[in-house]
Amino acid sequence: MADDRDPNKRDFIFIAAGAVAAVGAGATAWPFIDQMNPAADTRALSTTEVDLTAIEIGQQIKVMWQGKPVFVRHRTANEIAAAQRDDYASLKDPQKDAERIAQDDGQPGRAEWLILQANCTHLGCVPTFVQGSSFGGWFCPCHGSDYDTSGRIRRGPAPANLPPAPYVFLTDTSVRIG
Amino acid sequence: MLRALTISAVAAAAAIGVAFAAGEGGHVEDYPFSFDSPVGGYDMGAVQRGYQVYAEVCASCHAVEHLAYRHLGEEGGPFAAYIVRNHETGEEEMVVHKPEHGGRFVDVTDNPYVRAIAQAAIIGDIDPNTGQPVDRPGRISDKFRRPFPNEIAARASNAGAYPPDLSVIVPARHGGADYVRAFLLGFTGEEDGTLFINTAFPGGRTAMAPQLMEGRVAYADADTPQTAEQYATDVATFLQWAADPHMEQRKKTGIVVLAFLAVLAGLLYLAYKQVWRGESH
Amino acid sequence: MSGPSTYEPKSGFTRWLDKRLPILRLSHDSFVAYPTPRNLNYWWTFGSMLSLCLVVQIVSGVVLAMHYIPHIDFAFDSVQRIKRDVPYGWLIQPMHAVGASMFFLAVYVHMFRGLYYGSYKAPREVLWILGCLIYALMVVTAFLGYSLPWGQMSFWAATVITNILGALPFVGESIQVWIRGGGAIDQATLNRFYSLHYLLPFVIAGVVALHIWALHEVGQNNPTGVEVKSKADTVPFTPHATIKDLFATSLFVILFAVFMFYMPDALGHADNYIRANPLQTPPEIVPEWYLLPFYAVLRAFDFNIGPIDSKLAGVIGMFASIGVLFVLPWLDTSKVRSMRYRPIAQQCFVIFVAVCIGLGYCGGQNPGKILVPTTFSATLNWVEGGQIEQRAIAADSAGAFDDAADAAIASLPEGAALPAISRTGETIGVVRGVVGGAPQVLELSAATVDELEAKITEAKAGATAAPYFQVTRTTPFAFTVTRLSQILTAYYFLFFLVILPVLGLIETPRRVPDTIAKPVTGQAQGAS
Repeated sequence: MADDRDPNKRDFIFIAAGAVAAVGAGATAWPFIDQMNPAADTRALSTTEVDLTAIEIGQQIKVMWQGKPVFVRHRTANEIAAAQRDDYASLKDPQKDAERIAQDDGQPGRAEWLILQANCTHLGCVPTFVQGSSFGGWFCPCHGSDYDTSGRIRRGPAPANLPPAPYVFLTDTSVRIG
Repeated sequence: MLRALTISAVAAAAAIGVAFAAGEGGHVEDYPFSFDSPVGGYDMGAVQRGYQVYAEVCASCHAVEHLAYRHLGEEGGPFAAYIVRNHETGEEEMVVHKPEHGGRFVDVTDNPYVRAIAQAAIIGDIDPNTGQPVDRPGRISDKFRRPFPNEIAARASNAGAYPPDLSVIVPARHGGADYVRAFLLGFTGEEDGTLFINTAFPGGRTAMAPQLMEGRVAYADADTPQTAEQYATDVATFLQWAADPHMEQRKKTGIVVLAFLAVLAGLLYLAYKQVWRGESH
Repeated sequence: MSGPSTYEPKSGFTRWLDKRLPILRLSHDSFVAYPTPRNLNYWWTFGSMLSLCLVVQIVSGVVLAMHYIPHIDFAFDSVQRIKRDVPYGWLIQPMHAVGASMFFLAVYVHMFRGLYYGSYKAPREVLWILGCLIYALMVVTAFLGYSLPWGQMSFWAATVITNILGALPFVGESIQVWIRGGGAIDQATLNRFYSLHYLLPFVIAGVVALHIWALHEVGQNNPTGVEVKSKADTVPFTPHATIKDLFATSLFVILFAVFMFYMPDALGHADNYIRANPLQTPPEIVPEWYLLPFYAVLRAFDFNIGPIDSKLAGVIGMFASIGVLFVLPWLDTSKVRSMRYRPIAQQCFVIFVAVCIGLGYCGGQNPGKILVPTTFSATLNWVEGGQIEQRAIAADSAGAFDDAADAAIASLPEGAALPAISRTGETIGVVRGVVGGAPQVLELSAATVDELEAKITEAKAGATAAPYFQVTRTTPFAFTVTRLSQILTAYYFLFFLVILPVLGLIETPRRVPDTIAKPVTGQAQGAS
């Protein structure tokens, strides 16, 4: 490619065209990547309301919130006592029971109601509540993680506690999750 | 030779375009809507008022099944809220019009206007405890309340006629928003049996009775005339927004893209000239 | 054209790779060193645009498939959800819809270019046929894709097109049910159309690879139609052709963007914003613009041809209009490749392009629409006042009815006007005539049949004293869209089946300028 003009000018055009084209390619790629993020309707499925009257002491229900299971557990006095006693035990992910039951708006929770996101923090299975298990709480059948009556991880491969679901009491007998 | 051919092909294509545009049907006036031009956005005041007309008049028969309450408060929606700082008081306050400068978009879940609109609606649902049908206040994630549970119920309540869904009525009609506006204003007041004479409606007779009488909807803004023309223009604007809520975003993106492509094409032309410099061809 | 490879691996890794998988060598020989005729004009840049279109359609289509739901109850809603709620769905959905139109726009220019410059002639027959195959696959893919949004036009286009297959003799009905997976377009149809719409673009990509392979084997044609004979006639593909294609493609993308951002619905049909309803056909069913010419051919056959009924004839005509492209290399007998040097063929080609556009126009119009103003006229005879006289007709046999009727007319009183026969059976009838009164004549004319009938009705209502009327309508020749389609269809096939074969034998080509002919010294070119 013989060129009698200034080689710098010649190269400038090629570099500029290449750079602009590269910017365009990058900008074009973004919509195709971003489209896999949650859609607006998915993001808006924000709240689930739960009526607590039907849950007896010592029982729990699972409700769906944003497509994920949530435990709503009506704890017995023994479970509450065990959870509060273990606030100062040797914990992998130290957290006090009172923090774990606090409402989303900063108000304190009620000790008998524990509302947790139900997916094991190891690889996402749903643990089962086993009476008389090592820590009195949930046990994950997939890889053997043990949680206590506050949903804190005590033994096994899971790295963290079952995260509390954000909720507030609407009335004495109903809560809104999310 | 091929150049002449190209010109004749373009001319022929233009002629076809004209032939297609001149469709059959009633008389439709071309109204200068704000969104007609390639850069024109929505008159959000008109979209808000049009929503009010829809909610107070149209919604008793017509659904907008693709719209959820949250759509009203998403960016580009008529009730999108922004936090701005008041220059005089220094206080932060919430406004529903997108401010000229700055302004922080309020996530639709925290938008009090949209929440209020949703909560005022009564939505049919299934009680999670009893499994029985139950009515509850709406949430922002709910689709707009439908006036009839299904088409059969809609026909039964409207002497056999089915009030069409309005969420995409504008692109579904030849003439678009102009047609919708002309239809709403096209009633002559005459009746033919159970049908109503309408100059814009193809065939001239429609099952829908005239609805937009002067003063039927009370606008909060006293400066806006409460006439049938104003109602029709506003509701046509709202329905255009309902069918194409991302139009403003699309047009704005288009300007950036076209400007970019113009620069790129210019640079590529220079590069092309550079490469072919001195080559006979 | 594939001479010895000029690829020289520069680094250790590329040398290592070249011995194991010479993919860089292949790319270098195909898209860098590949010798390109230096006289190619901008009509040769559409191949690159088509590659871009295929990539855009596949990428945007794969993305849409992540959100689309192929179910008759949810398909329409899922498309709306994509446009409203999916991040950037408002951008990607129109990209795919407009992209289909842009794809066809580019492919038509590409095909007309091949036609004009004789790019189908030896040794490029296989290259041309592969191109025709790609086009046919594009048509099928576009049709399948158009049904997916499950609007009114989607549903009824699918119904009409699958009915076309039902016109085939003997096997038609079985094929129709087999394709639909039932008696009508339904869930089974939608699901398989979705599956095939996803599959076919990759088949197209495969045939495109063969198309490019064939191209690189025989080399590109050029505007003169004279094969390049030396390296001096060529430039390396990169950068020369690459940069020219990129520039032209950037202009094409600007057109694409104008439609996508500012007229996303301009090329579609309003009825596809109405959910599919098997109970109600839209007032007009038209395909997308790029298939209108074939739709016009389909409808041009409104007459039976011997044992072939009009429906089957239309179907055969439509398939033949694409099929004839496949055998084009053997229909054109001219030894001169480029029409640049064929003055008569050139004019026939221009008419052919106009005919194709004209067929597109016809395909979008109501077939009964009258194109040339026509006057419909009628003569109205009646008698003001007067009495009806009646005579029964009773013939011995059906064949003798006319004679018996004549006899009955003769038996009417002298001066009876407007004799009218009404036959009520094989051998019986009544003859009426009006006696007395004042005979009246009125000539009526109008621009349309409906208007004329309205005038007749009006005239009848005005003459209340007349017992009955006699109306004589003259049926003029009405130049309708169907008639125009027939003329254009005739030229379409004439061009391929008569003009190109005959013209090649009798036409005297222009002389190819010496500057072009020189490199081919000693070769007896048809053009020289």
